[in-house]
Amino acid sequence: MNDMTLTERAVSAQDIKIAAKDVQVFYGDTHAIKDVSVDILDKTVTAFIGPSGCGKSTFLRTLNRMNDTIDICRVEGDILLDGEDIYDKKVDPVQLRAKVGMVFQKPNPFPKSIYDNVAYGPKIHGLTRSKAELDEVVESSLKKAALWNEVKDRLHAPGTGLSGGQQQRLCIARAVATSPEVLLMDEPCSALDPIATAQVEELIDELRENFSVVIVTHSMQQAARVSQRTAFFHLGNLVEFGETGQIFTNPQDPRTESYITGRIG
Amino acid sequence: MSTASTNSSLYTLDARTKRRNAAEKRFRLYGMAAVAFGVLALVVLLSSVLGTGLSAFRQTFLTTEITLDEKALDKSGTRDPEVMAKVTTIGYAKVLQNALVDELTAKGLLPEGMKAKDVGGMISKEAPAQLRDRVLANPDLIGQTITMNVLANGRIDGYFKGRVTMESAALDSNVSPEQLQLAEAMRDAGMLDLKFNWGFIFGPDASELRPEAAGLGVAIIGSAYMMLIVLALALPIGVAASIYLEEFAPQNRLTDLIEVNISNLAAVPSIVFGILGLAVFINFAGLPQSSPLVGGLVLSLMTLPTIIIATRAALKAVPPSIKDAALGIGASKMQTVFHHILPLAMPGILTGTIIGLAQALGETAPLLLIGMVAFVRDYPGAPPEGFTDPAAALPVQVYNFTQRADPAFIERASGAIIVLMVFLLAMNILAIILRRRFERRW
Repeated sequence: MNDMTLTERAVSAQDIKIAAKDVQVFYGDTHAIKDVSVDILDKTVTAFIGPSGCGKSTFLRTLNRMNDTIDICRVEGDILLDGEDIYDKKVDPVQLRAKVGMVFQKPNPFPKSIYDNVAYGPKIHGLTRSKAELDEVVESSLKKAALWNEVKDRLHAPGTGLSGGQQQRLCIARAVATSPEVLLMDEPCSALDPIATAQVEELIDELRENFSVVIVTHSMQQAARVSQRTAFFHLGNLVEFGETGQIFTNPQDPRTESYITGRIG
Repeated sequence: MSTASTNSSLYTLDARTKRRNAAEKRFRLYGMAAVAFGVLALVVLLSSVLGTGLSAFRQTFLTTEITLDEKALDKSGTRDPEVMAKVTTIGYAKVLQNALVDELTAKGLLPEGMKAKDVGGMISKEAPAQLRDRVLANPDLIGQTITMNVLANGRIDGYFKGRVTMESAALDSNVSPEQLQLAEAMRDAGMLDLKFNWGFIFGPDASELRPEAAGLGVAIIGSAYMMLIVLALALPIGVAASIYLEEFAPQNRLTDLIEVNISNLAAVPSIVFGILGLAVFINFAGLPQSSPLVGGLVLSLMTLPTIIIATRAALKAVPPSIKDAALGIGASKMQTVFHHILPLAMPGILTGTIIGLAQALGETAPLLLIGMVAFVRDYPGAPPEGFTDPAAALPVQVYNFTQRADPAFIERASGAIIVLMVFLLAMNILAIILRRRFERRW
């Protein structure tokens, strides 16, 4: 019985990593997210765009239950990760967040060494059995984050001593080190200069080979550059969701068109 | 409007700017006056305390050769300390007195017509007891002639410190000008000297009649024991409570109520904690009076709000981005707190704790109520048993000294304040060092 439903889902939800259906988010009495349904595909970059306060970050944070830390926040609707409801009572958010990693707007490395920053996740999740294995994970994560060559000689220097762009890539390496299946990025380039931004964008494109990436961005150019699918949020509503090319060249909704042409936002 | 701007030159200040500049200047002057007043008050306080108190660390000692006569001190000749203990300090006082008279006669210093009793009166009443303890500890000294530094009477000591003058001695039944003259002659002969007084720091308190022997040893041990108890209780409880309230507690009315109450507790007069301690720890729980254990418990209760408030402030000051980062890679709440937030909050927590401890160290009122004001001459034992032995406390010792009639206690009260301040200073320096060590950038 159980097996049957699983295969059924596998067929119907092929390539769908996260399926969000009729999601509502409330902050106290404020209705922040209204009826949002989004399917996030595996090995794809999905961008959330929209004016400030439209709820795109809030929605992103519901995907790995970071909103749990806010007492007055309430989430309704279904969010399925590989067919499993992440808001089910049986789900421990800690386990969920190991699968759905997150990179924040401001680079926030721990005030520890570069090595310890990356090794922290694998350590607490018990992913490695020996020091050698841990070293390997740290190296491969830093390589995936395109930071290895810059820091390999000073792995034990403090992570906070790196430049802003390096810090953000360190945070990406840290998120990657726990081998998540989905990587959520909340405006990862807003605190970076154009060169660092380009590096991170390149990196996002490479990460797509292994992960499903969801990125919130203020920059429409960035969304156009890095994503395959784009969702446009406005005032808590999902206005339009589809192929990035189609959203930017042939938007269906007048609000989307106004936003991407710069009339609202 | 426009005419004003076209006519005005940058070189001339308009009235409004002048007024603003004058106001700023006045404000700076107020500030400097306030700082100057504070510095002045501190200087006056320190100079008054140091001026009166430093002399307590030096004490007048008489150096004399004492022949320990077997006939007087050990009639039985057994050298058995238990038998010898029958000779009281009165017997030893006579030995001391005779020894001093003999030496003065030999050196030709003894004035005509001065009674042996008056010579003996120059020796502290504490000295016979010290001699007796020394002999009983080592009976083989009997029959030998030993050289010993004995405390001089407080009035003689006062003469060399300027507290007693010839005029005041003439009116004082405790000391005569002849004795003072003899003391001066003895000083010139090298028999009398002002030395550093270790007994003031390490010795026990002494009664009203022998201020020269009064020391802070018991009080220092009592205060140290209480600080240990406060540290062992208030730090873990305070930090645990703060972490729970700050990171785990649900935001509801009960939590708010608890928070308000903790803030209020910090403002409760300390004597109230003393009454609480008396009622709960002594009358209800039956713990011994004047023990460092009860004192430590009361001071812990008093220190807890301070530590909790400081710890919560330190936890709040940790940037939320660090918390997000840890939660974002799947650390549990507890891992987030213990691996990331607590280490970053450590400098603040330590500073708060040491400020709380310093406050507790200087606290007097609650200790008066739980019996630590008692006169305690015996050192408390080693911990943990020593925690229940009677002891004094430094600030209470200051209070006790100020209550006594003999003017020699004035310098000792100030001396005790100096010791207390040295401890406070040491703790503050420790706080700064710890803060520097644990401080990390993020």
